[in-house]
Amino acid sequence: MTQRKKTYSGRPVFIVDGSRTPFLKAGGKPGPFSASDLALQAARPLLARQPFAATELDEVILGCVMPGPDEANIARVTALRLGCGDSVPAWTVQRNCASGMQAVDSAARNIADGLSDLVLAGGTESMSHAPVLLNQAMVAWLGGWYRARSFGTRVQALSQLRLGHLKPVIGLLRGLSDPLVGLSMGQTAENIAYRLDIDRTQMDTFALESHRRLAQAQDDGHLHEIETIYDTSGHCYSHDTGLRRDTEMARLAALKPVFDRKYGKVTAGNSAQVTDGAAWLLLASDKAVQTHQLTVLGRLVDSQWAGVDPAQMGFGPVHAMTPIMKRHRLKLDDVDYWEINEAFAAQVLACLAAWNSDSYCRNELGLKEAVGELDQARLNVDGGGVSIGHPVGASGARIILHLMHVLERNDAKRGMASLCIGGGQGGAVLVERGVA
Amino acid sequence: MTDSPDNGPNDDNLPQSIDASLPLQHWRLQTDDDNIVWLHLSVADSGANVLSRPVLNELDQCLDEIEKQSARALIIASDKGSGFIAGADIREFTRFNDEQQAFEQIRKAQNIFDRLAALRCPSVAIIHGFCLGGGTELALACRYRVALDEPSTRIGLPEVRLGIHPGFGGSVRLPPLIGALAAMDMMLTGRSLSARAAAKLGLINDAAPARHLLHAARTLALTAPEPTTPSWLKRLPGHGFLRPLVAPILRRRVRARARAEHYPAPYALIDLWQRYADQPNTMMVEEARSVAHLMQGDTAQNLIRLFFLQEQLKSLGRRVNFKATRVHVIGAGAMGGDIAAWCALRGLHTTLQDQTPERVAPAIKRAFALFQKKLKQPRLVQAAMDRLLPDTPGHGLANADVVIEAIFENLEAKQKLFRDIEGRMRPDAILATNTSSIPLEQMGQNLMHPDRLVGLHFFNPVAKMQLVEVVCGHNTGTETVDRAAAFTRQIDRLPLMVRSTPGFLVNRVLMPYLLEAVTLLQEGVPADVIDAAAVKFGMPVGPIELADTVGLDVCLSVAEILAQQLGGTVPEPLRKQVQDGRFGRKSGAGFFKYDKKGPIKPKSRKDYQPPADIEDRLILRLLNEAQACLREGVVSETDLVDAGLVFGTGFAPFRGGPLHYAEHRGVDALLQTFERLRQRYGERFKPDIGWTSPSPSAPMDRQADG
Repeated sequence: MTQRKKTYSGRPVFIVDGSRTPFLKAGGKPGPFSASDLALQAARPLLARQPFAATELDEVILGCVMPGPDEANIARVTALRLGCGDSVPAWTVQRNCASGMQAVDSAARNIADGLSDLVLAGGTESMSHAPVLLNQAMVAWLGGWYRARSFGTRVQALSQLRLGHLKPVIGLLRGLSDPLVGLSMGQTAENIAYRLDIDRTQMDTFALESHRRLAQAQDDGHLHEIETIYDTSGHCYSHDTGLRRDTEMARLAALKPVFDRKYGKVTAGNSAQVTDGAAWLLLASDKAVQTHQLTVLGRLVDSQWAGVDPAQMGFGPVHAMTPIMKRHRLKLDDVDYWEINEAFAAQVLACLAAWNSDSYCRNELGLKEAVGELDQARLNVDGGGVSIGHPVGASGARIILHLMHVLERNDAKRGMASLCIGGGQGGAVLVERGVA
Repeated sequence: MTDSPDNGPNDDNLPQSIDASLPLQHWRLQTDDDNIVWLHLSVADSGANVLSRPVLNELDQCLDEIEKQSARALIIASDKGSGFIAGADIREFTRFNDEQQAFEQIRKAQNIFDRLAALRCPSVAIIHGFCLGGGTELALACRYRVALDEPSTRIGLPEVRLGIHPGFGGSVRLPPLIGALAAMDMMLTGRSLSARAAAKLGLINDAAPARHLLHAARTLALTAPEPTTPSWLKRLPGHGFLRPLVAPILRRRVRARARAEHYPAPYALIDLWQRYADQPNTMMVEEARSVAHLMQGDTAQNLIRLFFLQEQLKSLGRRVNFKATRVHVIGAGAMGGDIAAWCALRGLHTTLQDQTPERVAPAIKRAFALFQKKLKQPRLVQAAMDRLLPDTPGHGLANADVVIEAIFENLEAKQKLFRDIEGRMRPDAILATNTSSIPLEQMGQNLMHPDRLVGLHFFNPVAKMQLVEVVCGHNTGTETVDRAAAFTRQIDRLPLMVRSTPGFLVNRVLMPYLLEAVTLLQEGVPADVIDAAAVKFGMPVGPIELADTVGLDVCLSVAEILAQQLGGTVPEPLRKQVQDGRFGRKSGAGFFKYDKKGPIKPKSRKDYQPPADIEDRLILRLLNEAQACLREGVVSETDLVDAGLVFGTGFAPFRGGPLHYAEHRGVDALLQTFERLRQRYGERFKPDIGWTSPSPSAPMDRQADG
């Protein structure tokens, strides 16, 4: 791996503020909010408390994996709904599970390069609204039906309709499967758990701890990044709904594997939950910070994207984080807090095991020896995807936002946020508190 | 350059033309290369086009010219941004000496429209914005009509709302064009249509976006297609054999909304149609005769009076040029939540603050229901929802042009709130309170700038009640009052300046009327009999049902405050109901029981003989309090008292307002009735001294010019 210079080499990139919706567990039918509804409701209070108007933003960047059919370029749809006005450009990014992180990275690059001064960037996903599609045979049949004008041709067309035509394509399941290696994301997690020998008990213990940490964070009021959102039937939502305070090992152990049903270890209980949610960061150049007298949470220092075998996509974080560690000559203890998105308990554990393995680090990361053992007390301190949920487009922005709040709360300096990406990639960003 | 939707059709791309050498003030006549005559109307010295006599006379001259030129086609359009034509000049309606003169004038206008209709060349009206009354009738006299497909386009024949019916041939031309049922529905309800709805009915040939409007008109003018006719099914009810069967159905439908003795116009229209629908020429004459007759009646004169009173209230909102873009409402209860929703509906960015999200959530639900009902299109509903921001931290306060306080009625709580927020508000923002009972002077005691505190007293339900009392305390600044009134207009409500005295105008005048009803109840008169008497007088609902609707707890608290400040007693049954937790409609039961549809009124015994003086007892107490308010200068002039009570309480509109009604009934006769009731029922019927010494004692000078 050749060493390159850090990503944001120009002007400093400041994180001014951020917000997110509570993450709402999908309940098998479309939830009350579309992806742009979520993005809108998270951003409105965030913008309302700023000393500048929404029209003064330079651009809006939003990550989303599966926007609804009425949400083409969902970033622009959301920006206009937010009242940013006609003249603020907006664009949507898609890098699967890292779409929200991609938005933040793209915003940061533009600020560093002097192209923008004030950018709203984030991610959103309404997984409960994921489209259900007609299969190709049905689409072909419909094409014929619309062309059939006369009674005879219509009868003929009807006679060709088969029950199989009505079998829907579940967009969410397709989206969470790798089209090239033919594995679901859960199966790729099974792969890496097998490779680094992560057992079911370890996974369930990790999952249990994730719920415990989220419960603790809720009780201690550490989630003030959440904005209450409102539906149209008189309900409001202020908390992540995936939390199960009553979870215990025995219950987790009783769950059946969902991806490799017969022999697998990955269950619904130790995987990230299917959820709806959105998260935003407000990024600024020093010029914007001065112009609008903004207070600053911290800085985005560096970022890295990496590619790995799609069948082992869960290793993505170590491949993205390692070059950053090298560039900045950091050891594990130099980073105060870590957020590694919990797509699967197995996948986070495999990442930690990989860094702790001489052979993995030598053969796959080009290091001389193992990086070492990451202290789990400083990783995902307030829970993660397993308990909070993982609305795919939003999580990348959420972990950076939350990391900033964790650093602030503990008066710590440096943090790393990273996630694995379906299709075999990893993404990571290094942040620091303070102005310089 | 794009054309903004509320501007008239853009004629930049019209061929330059020869100006006809007519000395015209209101119309502009141009002939283009295709020999199409374009007739543009822009009434001089007026914001909107109205068809006054001079405007019609000029149209007559223009028609001479068009006939002389043997034009290929005629296209009529308005150059006003506000719309096509808002109607006939209502001012002229009040100036006729007698029925005969009115009849002759109407016939003259009809003849001009007949000339237009009889032109040999095709004629097209291009409609945008308001196209009402005489404007619609002018368009109907053209062979074709096209309208701008925008929400601002409203096409209708609202004459019944003025106590008359269409008189420039509308009742003759509309039924054959769109079918009798649709036509009668439009004319009997007075409701207006969007461009799309009008196109669907066949009232216009096409609804087109601005980019195609002129092209659509030219195409019709040049191709002159066969005029459209309604389907046989729609023509059927207008057939001579069926009209005697259809007319009673129409009458029954009207009766559900308006009594014939109160509102004769819709019944006259049905008669006209039933008798003459087969004979257009006769019908035209009879239409004029009927309108001339109605116009001289009390109902029409009073409704026309109300029209001008409404204009007067509107003008109160035009004293300063103030336009709010952001509103912050504090308190998401029934009033605060609905005020916020209304503001968002009217296009303002609105933040709604309360202590917890759980308190705000129900208001958001109600707002969504309101937007769906009013806006219908999901796109517009979403935009309105996006403008309404639940704001528990109160971020909106710092940017708001108008801050409206609508928390519970408690002096200390309000004073504390004001202390908290004053420093965070913009220095030029208005601070408004929706209080109905606490004097502004006390509330604003601790303010650094008490001059910007003003009352904006909305009525429940906010989406239905047009009036907003703009309450002026001793310290309220003139600029603040004028801005508050302008804001009220901006959200399409009617402002009325009132002095900060107990109950202001509306609640104060309503209360004796409601309490008298409770007293009657106490005496054993059945509730439905009491309500029926008020409805027979012309009230939209009876006092018992009104009290239940307002909320008996609210009534009781207002009644007690007023009794404390102004004397009088609160009847026991009211207190009893509130003690028993029967708050009226909102709790499912008050004096009546309520289900989803409304009150369940038990019918009183058939042989029950109600006392003869119920109506007088109810109405005279209301009149007396209205007179007291005038005398004390709560409102500065008689007309404004009447306007406030008609638009704020629904006081029998066809009677022209309580003080106007009193005058009509005769003050001497009224005083005699007062005396009779006083002897029988006591001092609460003592006539106010204002009846005999009329001259407002403490008018607010600045309203004298209003």
